[in-house]
Amino acid sequence: MTAIETEIAAEETRTAAAEKSPPRRRGLRFLLGFVLPVVLALGWEAAVRFGLVQGRLMPPPSRVLATLYHLAASGELLRHVAVTSARVAAGFALGVAAATLIGALAGASKLARDLVDPTLQGLRAVPSIAWVPLFILWFGIFEQSKIILIAVGCFFPVYLGMLGAILSVDRKTVEVGRIFRLSTPALVRRILLPAILPAYVVSLRAGLGLGWMFVVAAEFMGASEGLGYLLVDGQQLGKPEQILAAIFAFAVLGKISDSLLAAGAAPFLTWQDAFAPRD
Amino acid sequence: MLAIESVDKTYPNGVEALARANLRVNEGEIVAVVGGSGCGKSTLLRLAAGLDRTSRGRIRLDGETIEAPHAAVGLVFQEPRLLPWLTVAQNIGFGLSDLPRTERERRVREVLERVGLADYAARWPRELSGGQAQRVAIARALAPQPKVLLLDEPFSALDAFTRASLQEHLLDLWDAFRPTLILVAHDVEEAAFLADRVLVMRPRPGRFVAELEFGLARPRDRHGPAVEEAKRKILSALDRSLRGEREGEELAPAAAI
Repeated sequence: MTAIETEIAAEETRTAAAEKSPPRRRGLRFLLGFVLPVVLALGWEAAVRFGLVQGRLMPPPSRVLATLYHLAASGELLRHVAVTSARVAAGFALGVAAATLIGALAGASKLARDLVDPTLQGLRAVPSIAWVPLFILWFGIFEQSKIILIAVGCFFPVYLGMLGAILSVDRKTVEVGRIFRLSTPALVRRILLPAILPAYVVSLRAGLGLGWMFVVAAEFMGASEGLGYLLVDGQQLGKPEQILAAIFAFAVLGKISDSLLAAGAAPFLTWQDAFAPRD
Repeated sequence: MLAIESVDKTYPNGVEALARANLRVNEGEIVAVVGGSGCGKSTLLRLAAGLDRTSRGRIRLDGETIEAPHAAVGLVFQEPRLLPWLTVAQNIGFGLSDLPRTERERRVREVLERVGLADYAARWPRELSGGQAQRVAIARALAPQPKVLLLDEPFSALDAFTRASLQEHLLDLWDAFRPTLILVAHDVEEAAFLADRVLVMRPRPGRFVAELEFGLARPRDRHGPAVEEAKRKILSALDRSLRGEREGEELAPAAAI
C-alpha cells in the first residue's frame, strides 16, 4: 500500500466510525432524556419536604412511587395494565385494518375515492368522543363499545396516511416498474408498498398515540378494570397519588409501544435518506 | 431493426408532439437526436419504449409492433430513477427477476464490473454521486441485454467532466453488448462524439428536419478535427432549422403569440 492509499483507507475508517456513533455516546444520549424529568421530580419532592407547597393534592414523587409499588406488589397494576393494553391492541388492530383497506381502495381507485372520501372527511370532523353515547346505546357499556371507540380514534390518521402516501407515489418511480414490465401485483409489491411504507409507519404511530388517548375516554364511560378506571377511582376516592401513578403508567406504556412500533419498522426503512441524523 | 413508421402523437391537451415521424435504425447503430426544447425528442423515446401509445402510425422492432414496454427495449431516463429502497446490486437486478438467482447474480456482477462499480454492490442509492447513480441506471437498463437502448438526455444533469467520462463508459458498454442506441443528446458535442447518425428535430409539430451522417471511426478524439467538423455541421443544421422556424413565424405572426 502506498502512503496515499493508507491515508484513504484511514479516512474511510474514520468516516465509517463517524456514521455509526460509538455505543457509549448513544448510551449517554439515552440518559440525557432522563435529566429533565428527574430534576423536576427531585425539585417537587424537595418543595414538599421543605413545606414550600402542600403535598395533599400534589403528592410528591415518593408517594406516587409508593402507590405504584403497592399496586404492583398486589398484582393489581399488572391486571389494569393488561386490560388497558388489550383494549388498545384490539381497537388499534381493528382501526388499522379498516383504515388500511379503505385507504388502499380509495388510493387505488378514483371512483372509490370520490365515493368514500367526502363522507370520511366529514366524519373525521366529528370529535370522536361525541360517539360515546351512541356507542353505549348500540354496543352496551362492556368491551365492544370501548374497542370500537378506540378503533374509530385509530382509523382516521391511518386512513389519511395511507391515502396520502398512495397519492404521492412518484409517477416516475412507477414508470420504472412499467419499463420492466411488472404485472400489477408485482408493481404493488415491488414499487408501491416500499414507496408508501415510510408515510404509513408514521400514520401508524399517530394512530397508536390516539389509541392510548381514546382508551381513557372509553374507560371513563364505565369500567371496573384498566388504567382509566384507576383514574376515575382515584378522583372519586380522593387519591391523587393513584391518578398520578396511572398517568405515569400511561406515559411508560405509550412510549414503549411507540418505540416497539418504530423499532419493528426500522429494518424496512434503513434505505431512507432522512434529514434527521442517524444514531 | 427499429422502424418508426409515420408516427403522430397528439396529447389530450391538443399539443402535436410528433407529426409524420419516420426513422429506421439499424442493429447496433448509434443514433443521436438533437433539437430545441419541446420538439418531441422525449415523446419519441417514450413511444419507442412503449410507455405511451402513438396517435397514428406504428413503431416496429424486427417486425413486431411496440404497443407496451418490450423486453428487448430498455430506457434510461434523464434522472437515474433508482429505487431508493434497493441496494445498487438489487437495482441492477430489478429487471432480471425472471432469471434463476445464480444467473441473476452473475449478470449483476458482470454489469457492475463493466460500469466500474463492483465495490458499490451493497450501497444504497443515497450514498452515490450523481454520476455513479446514472451509471447504475445505465447498468440496470443494460442488464436484461436489450436489443435497443433508448437514452433520454442521460447526462444532462452532470458536470462536463463527469459527462465526458460517462460518454466513454457508454461506448464501452455499447462495445460489449452492441445494442442499438437511440440517444437524445444534451449538446452537439455529445452527438458528434457518440453517434453514427444525427437527426435534427423541430417543434410545433415535432418532426425530423435534417439527417447527418459522418462515418467517423471509433475511438474518436473528442477534440480532434473530425469531431469538431461534425459539431460544426450539426450546429449549422440546428441553426437552419431554427431560422426556418423564425421565418415561419414572420409569415404567420399570430402563431408566435
